[in-house]
Amino acid sequence: MNIPFPDLTPAMPEVIMTSAAVLLLMLDLCFKNKALLALAGVITAGAVLYFLPVSMGETFGGMFISDRYSLYFKFIFMVNLILTILISIKYFQKQDEETGEHFSLLLFATSGMMIMASAKDLIVLYLGLELMALSTYVMAGLRRQNIKSNEAALKYFLLGAFSSALLLYGISLLYGMTTTTDIYAIADHINEIGSTHAFTAAMVLIISAFAFKIAAVPFHMWAPDVYEGAPSPVTAFMSVGPKAAGFAVMGRVLFVAFSEVQADWTAILIGISIATMAAGNILALVQTNIKRMLAYSSVAHAGYALIGIIAGTDEGLNAMMAYMMIYAFMNIGAFAIVILMNKGKEISDYEGLSKERPVAALLMLIFMFSLTGIPPTAGFIGKFNIFLAAVEAGYAWLVIIAVIFSAMSAYYYLRVVRNMYMREAKAPVIITRSLTLDFALLITAVMVVLIGILPSIIVR
Amino acid sequence: MVPLSWYICLSAVIFGIGGIGFLVRRNVLIMLMSVELMLNSVNISLIAFSHYLQDLKGQVLVFFVITVAAAEAAIGLAILVALARNKSVLHTDEITEMKG
Repeated sequence: MNIPFPDLTPAMPEVIMTSAAVLLLMLDLCFKNKALLALAGVITAGAVLYFLPVSMGETFGGMFISDRYSLYFKFIFMVNLILTILISIKYFQKQDEETGEHFSLLLFATSGMMIMASAKDLIVLYLGLELMALSTYVMAGLRRQNIKSNEAALKYFLLGAFSSALLLYGISLLYGMTTTTDIYAIADHINEIGSTHAFTAAMVLIISAFAFKIAAVPFHMWAPDVYEGAPSPVTAFMSVGPKAAGFAVMGRVLFVAFSEVQADWTAILIGISIATMAAGNILALVQTNIKRMLAYSSVAHAGYALIGIIAGTDEGLNAMMAYMMIYAFMNIGAFAIVILMNKGKEISDYEGLSKERPVAALLMLIFMFSLTGIPPTAGFIGKFNIFLAAVEAGYAWLVIIAVIFSAMSAYYYLRVVRNMYMREAKAPVIITRSLTLDFALLITAVMVVLIGILPSIIVR
Repeated sequence: MVPLSWYICLSAVIFGIGGIGFLVRRNVLIMLMSVELMLNSVNISLIAFSHYLQDLKGQVLVFFVITVAAAEAAIGLAILVALARNKSVLHTDEITEMKG
């Protein structure tokens, strides 16, 4: 039997990313200074960005596709990767738990996400998802001596394994009914099987597994504990990356494979979206720990982004993708400030920051305004596009609910701002600056403001 | 020959046992075993479908599932060992450093 060697051009970014991850694992043994590994990680991301535009097409027997859709998500993953590397270097040095595996795992998780975005077959989708998930479980537990980190990893692992079992059962049912695992071929068979109970079960199982990845209700319970326990740069990474990857596969599977039964999944997603916005925003109100607050806020943002998918139009999908890009900048920016502070776990730790560190306070103000969705920041543009697409698709009532919850979110975001500007510091605020962290803050702040003023640079 | 529906029922029952075991039991090791049970029930249904449809894709997926399940078990136990070194508990009700 002669099996032709597959054309690697469309998968070049993934090939580079995975090889670099393996290489980094070995370089970790040779170099004492882990900043070199970080540099190698950034160079890899640069190489991938260079190869992305030329990597169009299908390969591996039609199991892997690189198109404009996957391309956009890969840009988000690269932004996420570069910013996370920049904010992690000093963090791990400061904790005196410098681990080189961190950078290698970041690259492995990112290649998993890239494979997910490019999956044209449910087998590839599953493998990409597991590569991403297994790497993030380890990253969450990277601070081995810290019991909170252990606990976060365990909780994330148990619930993640459970959700991947749900996904697999859904895939197996779908395979039994359609005789194929190809996402595009499934679409042709949906009409034949109609709306049987088994098909509904498969759809619900698959949507549940995706809902876990994007931290949507009722699969959001892991988010606050894992976000709090995991090292802060890892939290920043996994609040953006796996969420964007989850949305990428959700968009592809629902819009392509299940396009014929749009009414069914729209009904499910509307319920999930409203519950997600409600739970995220209401529970965030009572949080005192800033990482838990940002965790619930990330749950709420998943709810907003879901509206883009519910709209069911290309505009809605584009708005969701742009939202993920904007979310990457503003959320990692907020986490960069949390990492900047020596003592910044509680929201009360930010009292009086504006007097002692006016620049840090101003940046946090920008990120908090953006997360709330106040113009002229990027967060406003993201929400505006999603709501506009939903109104055009006839979901004005859903947009009204979303706007009410969004107004509610101002309370907990602006509480941080009030603490920074209107309260006196109880203890002197100490921050640890570093060149890379400053650079990450510069990029995120500039992008948040720039997208807010010139939205055309990311919205296509 | 055993009809396909028997295999599907078997797989659904095992998946159910695994799912309920995961949600009800509070011992981390038992929860891990329940997840393995769920994954293996998927393997049963995939192989049954693959055989009856005369299509190899299902069996290919089973190989991947077995491989990933092994990796998952390794990582899960490693996390558990790291936790047990700091605090020797296996009961999830006692792993409550964080509320939630």
